[in-house]
Amino acid sequence: MARRVLLIEDEPNIIEAISFILSRDGWTVHTHSDGATALDRVRAHPPDLVILDAMLPGLSGFDILGELRADAGLGDLPVMMLTARGQDRDRALAMRLGATHFMTKPFSNAEILDRVRALARA
Amino acid sequence: MAERSLAGSRIRARRLDAGMRQADLAREAGISPSYLNLIEHNRRRIGGRLLQRIARALGVEPASLSEGAGGAVLARLRAAAAAAGQEADLAEEFAGRFPGWAELVAGQSRRIERLEAQVSALGDRLAHDPELSASLHQVIDAATAIRSTASILVGGEDLDRDWQDRFHRNIHAESLRLAENSRQLARFLKTPDAGDAPLSPQDEAERAFETLGPKLPLLETSRPGATPAELLREVEGLSEAGAALLSRWLGRHAADAALLPAEVIGGAWRRTPDPMAVARDTGAPLAAVLRRLAALPPGAGPARAGLAICDAGGAIGQRRGIEGVALPRGGTACPLWPLFEALLQPGRPLRCRVELPGLGEPTRLTAYAVAEIAAAPGWDRPARAEAVMLLLPDAPDLGALAPRPVGPGCRLCPRGDCAARREPSILPA
Repeated sequence: MARRVLLIEDEPNIIEAISFILSRDGWTVHTHSDGATALDRVRAHPPDLVILDAMLPGLSGFDILGELRADAGLGDLPVMMLTARGQDRDRALAMRLGATHFMTKPFSNAEILDRVRALARA
Repeated sequence: MAERSLAGSRIRARRLDAGMRQADLAREAGISPSYLNLIEHNRRRIGGRLLQRIARALGVEPASLSEGAGGAVLARLRAAAAAAGQEADLAEEFAGRFPGWAELVAGQSRRIERLEAQVSALGDRLAHDPELSASLHQVIDAATAIRSTASILVGGEDLDRDWQDRFHRNIHAESLRLAENSRQLARFLKTPDAGDAPLSPQDEAERAFETLGPKLPLLETSRPGATPAELLREVEGLSEAGAALLSRWLGRHAADAALLPAEVIGGAWRRTPDPMAVARDTGAPLAAVLRRLAALPPGAGPARAGLAICDAGGAIGQRRGIEGVALPRGGTACPLWPLFEALLQPGRPLRCRVELPGLGEPTRLTAYAVAEIAAAPGWDRPARAEAVMLLLPDAPDLGALAPRPVGPGCRLCPRGDCAARREPSILPA
């Protein structure tokens, strides 16, 4: 099983922490911080799983998700969306747009790991 | 038709009231001055959009131009009835028979509409305000980074020195960001200045009484320098109800001072610092002694004293805090205070050590309370009882008396096992 995850997030310290725990779990982690060019990156090297932050500079995570789901080749790609706690509307929007799963910030490392493993098995 | 045709006269009258030139109103309404002139002399009929434009330019409601003086009120009443799902047929009859009430209903309906608009604007602000949303997200992002990084550090896995240093630095940087962002957030959510908050008459009178504090010795009989009425006049901006209350409090303060001059009660207090002994010594009613001991000029009586007075409904009137303790108004006070117990048996004096829950050491005070019949009963009405409670610092010589647990009111009280609890506490368990 290929284990490549693309983390699209713009907070450097969150990137570092998530990269670290996923790498330790055996994943190859690629990261990308700019919303505007994130889609090109996904299309160029499709990963096995995308972790996508809702708030990104350039293009929001919701827009990126919408484009991904509209793309025939990427429609099935598992996408885990990161939204801020308490933003119920964001969460509803993420699910409507076709997120495979969403996780509310601040999350625990164990939650992220469990969910990433589960999505990879599916 | 007759009514319509008079709209022109009303427009002219309103325009002249506003000191506006015909040409200016015409321009603002988007018509020629000569056409407006014809309208104003009721030579042209007017309605619909043009009437609305003219009304807007004059700053009045269109209905007030088209339907006469009562028109605006009538339109309001109809709108209010419609909003409440009521039939509006009788609005005209209602306004004709009860013009004052009709104005009131119309005024309240306008106010409700304004308030609804405000509430929805505030709701929108919370939901969509970009500044709020941005700082909230930053706080959440910082918390996310700190949580994730910190749990890596304490996760028990082997981390080489470089990684450890790096994660420590990240946590430090994020914590600074969190501090700054939470400050911003707190600033954003700051409650508006209390200056605009409407005060109850009791709060108004209390504030004014405190402000007058340094001048209260002028009411002492030994050197009468002012009358209650004169002091009352010095306070500005009181509502009628607040002024009436303050006038009553000042009058009673002066009456108590006349009954128990500072030298007399001060001397008795120095001989035996106990309210009951002072009452016996001076021959004054205990209630007056308790009130007076809390209001003596500096140096004459107890150094620190609190006071609370309530009626038979339990409503707190005049009060004064001590050691950060003041009984809350608005029916939320703890029923275990001796103040309320005194109401059960007017005339019976109560002395009780009380203990309030606190973060560290509980606050202990000694309470003296008594209720008196302030106005005699009649066959058709009950006696008017009033309880007064004096609060003094804890009296060690009453040590044999175990302190009674009381509280600041259920919502702010952490006591879990209280038989008198009437609503849950909002404090974290």
